[in-house]
Amino acid sequence: MLALQGAFALHLQAIERLAAAGLSVEGVPVKTADELAECDALIMPGGESTTMSMLLDSQELFAPLKAAIINGLPVFGTCAGMILLSSEILDGRSDQNCFGALDMKVRRNAYGAQVESFETPLDVAGLDEPFHAVFIRAPGVEALGAGVEVVSEHQGQPVLCRSGSVMACSFHPELTDDDRLHRLFLETIVGV
Amino acid sequence: MLKGGVIMDVVNPEQAKIAEDAGAVAVMALERVPSDIRRDGGVSRMSDPEMIIGIQETVTIPVMAKARIGHFVEAQILESLNVDYIDESEVLTPADETHHIDKWAFTVPFVCGATNLGEALRRISEGACMIRSKGEAGTGNIVEATRHLRSILGDIGKITKADNAELFEWAKQLGAPLPLVQEIAETGELPVPMFCAGGIATPADAAMTMQLGAQSVFVGSGIFKSSDPARMAEAVVQATLNYKDPAILAKVSTGLGEAMKGLEIANLETKMAERGW
Repeated sequence: MLALQGAFALHLQAIERLAAAGLSVEGVPVKTADELAECDALIMPGGESTTMSMLLDSQELFAPLKAAIINGLPVFGTCAGMILLSSEILDGRSDQNCFGALDMKVRRNAYGAQVESFETPLDVAGLDEPFHAVFIRAPGVEALGAGVEVVSEHQGQPVLCRSGSVMACSFHPELTDDDRLHRLFLETIVGV
Repeated sequence: MLKGGVIMDVVNPEQAKIAEDAGAVAVMALERVPSDIRRDGGVSRMSDPEMIIGIQETVTIPVMAKARIGHFVEAQILESLNVDYIDESEVLTPADETHHIDKWAFTVPFVCGATNLGEALRRISEGACMIRSKGEAGTGNIVEATRHLRSILGDIGKITKADNAELFEWAKQLGAPLPLVQEIAETGELPVPMFCAGGIATPADAAMTMQLGAQSVFVGSGIFKSSDPARMAEAVVQATLNYKDPAILAKVSTGLGEAMKGLEIANLETKMAERGW
């Protein structure tokens, strides 16, 4: 769990619940390259992407993580995590880095300010029942490369995407007790 | 989404930019930082919307603004400006000495201060989505923040060990709704994020409040009243992330210049933390 800033504690609780439910998984916070090297997969949580981008640099974590993603490390990015995994950030800071792990353009705060936060059920490929998604200052996917699969969309806009071992969503799956997306990531991408 | 971060008080777009550049997760837009409010005296009110809008246009991180305790119309105005959070703050002069704002009546989330667990739970029952321990704003003195954090988190610890019958007494003593007390007994934490504010002046102060159990820190006068605000801001961000690592804390505390000049709590004319009911 990338634990530089943001909602990492709730993601860790989701992983704990899945472990308690019998999945062979353990969640640990990652703040350094040494900690990253111990992991088989990474979740990048929601939070402030500008802050995280800066802290990735100051913790000397950006380059090792970029190399790990190129080498096939499974990564699930949520909200700010999706921004960091994209290949181009719109309405970000000019010095804001992204990993280019998903061939997509992402606009920060595309769904509006804090007061325009909303919740909605989403149909997700691979899940039987809709997933209740919480969008807070969420990023919007504006352009998608050919290799990126849309796993769920909201009003015609992709909100959950996958390409190879990387998955990302615009919303916050950790804010509900529904762990199906974490499970989907662990079972179908990480191979737990 | 603000957890593990630093929220910085800023009074103009230039300061907001410095805060964002340093890695702040949000800025608090206000006309005067608390130490200047203390110095100037008089009634302190919501900021001019022009100044808030200027800051919103400058940064991409969330912008918070302060309304006076009980001043629901200032809150309505701030909500119409699309601020990301409203701080119903004791740093401004209270507008109502009995009632706080009915925060359920708003869409925008509120953060409120608290000196003890009872106050925190009353604010949560009124609809606050985030609590910050109050400390004593504008003093650069961490002692009150420590007192309030220890009081809130200490009582949470005691409640988790109480039996069911004792929870009724806890609710009565705290002046707090029983269901919230019962929830704390079960979960061992506040139902909303718990941040720290009031008196943080150095990276070490920020790290101490995080070690005590705060989930993020508000830094008011501490940054822009120091001799090198950009460096101090970055150092506080680094300290909040690496709050358990003394070697990194030593590194980021090195050569920062003068921290803000602090005040003794005993000599204060106004104790802002006493505002709130």
